[in-house]
Amino acid sequence: MTLVFGVFLLTLLVIVAVAIVRSTNLFAAVMLSGIFSLLMAVNFFLLDAADVALTEAAVGAGVATVLFLSALALTAEHEQVRPGGAALQWLPLVVAFATGGLLIYATFQNPVIGDPNAPVHQHVAPWYLENTPELIDIPNVVTAVLGSFRGFDTLGEVFVVFTAGIGVLSILGLRHTLVEMTSAEIDARQRSLRHHLIPRVVGRGMVPFILLFALYVQFHGEYSPGGGFQAGAIAAAAIILYSLLEGDDRGRALVPEWLLQIMVASGALLFGGVGVVCMLLGGSFLDYSVLAEVPSEGQHLGLLLIELGVGITVSGVLLTVFHAFARRASR
Amino acid sequence: MNLDAHLPILQIIVPLMTAPVVSLLRVPSLPWAAATVTSGLAFAVAVTLTGQVLAGGPMSYALGGWVPPYGIELYVDHFSALLLLIITGASTVALAFGKASLDQEVGHERAPMFYAAWLLVVAGLCGIVATGDAFNLFVFLEISSLATYVLIASAPDRRALMATFRYLILGTVGATFYLIGVGLIYMMTGTLNLADMTDRIAEVGELRPVLVAAGFITVGLALKAAMFPLHAWMPNAYTFAPHAATAFLAACSTKAAIYVLIRFDLTVFLPHLSDHAEQVSGFFIPLAVLAFLIGSAVAVFERNLKRMLGYSSVAQIGYILLGLALLSPLALTGAIVHLFNHALMKSALFMAVACLAFRAGSVQLPDLAGCGRAMPLTMGAFVLAGLSMIGVPLTAGFVSKWYLILACLEYGPLGYVLAGGILVSSLLAVAYVWKVVEAAYFQPRPEGARELREAPPAMLAVLWLVALGNVWFGIDTDLTLGLAEQAAATLLGDGS
Amino acid sequence: MEFLALYNYWVFAVLLLIGLYAVVAKVNLVKRLIGLSIFQGAVFLLYISMDKVEGGTAPIFQTADGAGVFSNPLPQVLILTAIVVGIATTALGLAVVVRIREEYGTVEEDVIEDMDADS
Repeated sequence: MTLVFGVFLLTLLVIVAVAIVRSTNLFAAVMLSGIFSLLMAVNFFLLDAADVALTEAAVGAGVATVLFLSALALTAEHEQVRPGGAALQWLPLVVAFATGGLLIYATFQNPVIGDPNAPVHQHVAPWYLENTPELIDIPNVVTAVLGSFRGFDTLGEVFVVFTAGIGVLSILGLRHTLVEMTSAEIDARQRSLRHHLIPRVVGRGMVPFILLFALYVQFHGEYSPGGGFQAGAIAAAAIILYSLLEGDDRGRALVPEWLLQIMVASGALLFGGVGVVCMLLGGSFLDYSVLAEVPSEGQHLGLLLIELGVGITVSGVLLTVFHAFARRASR
Repeated sequence: MNLDAHLPILQIIVPLMTAPVVSLLRVPSLPWAAATVTSGLAFAVAVTLTGQVLAGGPMSYALGGWVPPYGIELYVDHFSALLLLIITGASTVALAFGKASLDQEVGHERAPMFYAAWLLVVAGLCGIVATGDAFNLFVFLEISSLATYVLIASAPDRRALMATFRYLILGTVGATFYLIGVGLIYMMTGTLNLADMTDRIAEVGELRPVLVAAGFITVGLALKAAMFPLHAWMPNAYTFAPHAATAFLAACSTKAAIYVLIRFDLTVFLPHLSDHAEQVSGFFIPLAVLAFLIGSAVAVFERNLKRMLGYSSVAQIGYILLGLALLSPLALTGAIVHLFNHALMKSALFMAVACLAFRAGSVQLPDLAGCGRAMPLTMGAFVLAGLSMIGVPLTAGFVSKWYLILACLEYGPLGYVLAGGILVSSLLAVAYVWKVVEAAYFQPRPEGARELREAPPAMLAVLWLVALGNVWFGIDTDLTLGLAEQAAATLLGDGS
Repeated sequence: MEFLALYNYWVFAVLLLIGLYAVVAKVNLVKRLIGLSIFQGAVFLLYISMDKVEGGTAPIFQTADGAGVFSNPLPQVLILTAIVVGIATTALGLAVVVRIREEYGTVEEDVIEDMDADS
């Protein structure tokens, strides 16, 4: 039954992807790519990747859609249609088919999906499953690998997010170049939902609960799917919702710009700082075991701190990016 | 805490962790100063690290204290040490050189972000070179790429934005190809650690997913390395980036991709995949020859000085790939030395161009006519570095070309043709360097053109330091050739 | 059922093909970025497909000793990182597109090329 469902979902993915490429209405394409991400997330869930499914849903369907829509508001909603432009282009088609064909050719010697004897399940992975209870002592192995065994990757990931944050700030400029506006003008220019009573009342009621959920995901990542990244995305989503409902200016008043910039930098520094403290205490970089008397307690402490760092930077960057786009919209 | 043992990780985290601090500095000139000092510190780490590798052999560092392949490993040997010297050295000289030029182009408001991004590029490239883990490499590849896009987009010209966008698209496609290749290899071997992968790939070296993976990794990295014919993003990216940033990026950003390409192809694939040697030679030799012939030929007809040098880089990357494709110790030594020497000459050339642009406000040849008399010191350095690029004896460029030509002659009948190709390409280099010299010294200043005077002393001092480096490393080749020979021997160790 | 055992990998290849086509062939810059995210999404599917173990569950222990059959945690960790890298690239790309629109008044690449050729 699961198999049939999986095949159905995967086929649907392909159909949606074709629809995205063919649509000349970019608004429709963005909405479809949100659906694409949700379908992808369901597939991941069927393949036992709960953490990845949560992230793909929050990032692909949530954050990416918001970003694309803000960008569309600033550019154009339709692709320009050229005479004969709808036709397929041959050279790209050949390149794409060659690439895809090569991969399909390779698949016939791939290990079968789900085969427990596949090489992937032999060498490194079983070691993680066997040793996590003793070495890290938390139930979620994904968090253990992410935060500790391969913590350096995650440090890199935080810095990728940080780079994107300062990059968007640098490219879209730091400040308003707007002259002072009266509150009536701001009201008139706001693209917010402030005038719609029902979304506003319902939405405002939800914001605290979303924030609470973000905190749960942040601190419960050791036991269930979740962690700093997902929590950061969810917390940012709550503030973004508030900004959409109440107007970007009130959203910025809630979390002012200087605070955001400090958040962006300090989360990354917290993560790296934990690593440096480990070095000062005589371990390797990111060797959390030296942080406490009992190594596994040190691991707990280390994971807690670095996940916090991830959460702070991610929510800071997402809000920074959102505001950078929204500010353009109000020009 | 024993600092020496921690050197490999310090190499990465010194620039990486300073970047967030720099992004918060709001006092004018302070971000620049902080970035320059940090970059200098990273260079000092690289020098110490090289000393240790020369004395005690390759260094390994287990992150988080987890033994590889379960944890991520940093691995620094002679080859990586050389690259670390190039990256941190190029960054430090470009920063020390570029204050005035960058102030003019980037401005104070963006400076904190710009210099933070600069440090992230340094950290990302160092990470690519120092890591011993295939996936970790991808993460650092992306850090350096994203930060590079930020640097290029900071230029005042609006065409920089299109150049950034194209680079972003092609760079991401290249990185994703690499990720696909790593995924397929991981599927067949169950490991991500490069050394471990080398051991385990032998059993499955005949299987299609591994062969396809080799193709994807090679093409992805070739895109990142701007290898002909996948160089389309590079000349414009170099042309429109802020001038001092070009001097830094041209010296080392494609080098890191070439480093990974050499490392993967020679140590992971070559000993274990059937027919890989023939495939490498058959694939790279024709492309390398086309790269240096076409790259040089296009450069001859280019009127924009920076784009001319960009196409010249396409040609120089061709030389390096030829050295890889011939698969002999001599050729590989030549290729690796050329990584270093090309960084020296290109960073000097682009710095000279930055000086010209700083005074003349343009990098189009007609606007620079007659600048030789007004800016003799700048043009002198340009000519010196140009001679090195042509490969005149007693310059650094001669050393690497000499090795490549010797390796070609050793290769057999086809080798004579290849050596001929290198000579033709060098003659084309004479032609385009001459074009600049002629405009600078033998043409009058056009009517109504901006009055020129010599570049500021701070810029000139660094420019000449690097230009003289071209002579120094053309005469005293102990360090560069020593590292390169050792690296080539290790890389081909169990291969040929 | 043997036939369907590789179905995920074929879908991966087809999605990759579709994404790559959009990235290379489209002239609208926003559309190319959408294509890029399909292209990257395909790779996520490749990695996650290999983590499945028949009869396994998500790698979160239900008992203290960690008994049971679990799917492979490592590809999941890698893809968590890759998803983040993907969104970071998209955000940066969109920022560049917005600036391009402000400078050129359009986001169609051929029109921009014509404008650059004139200048």
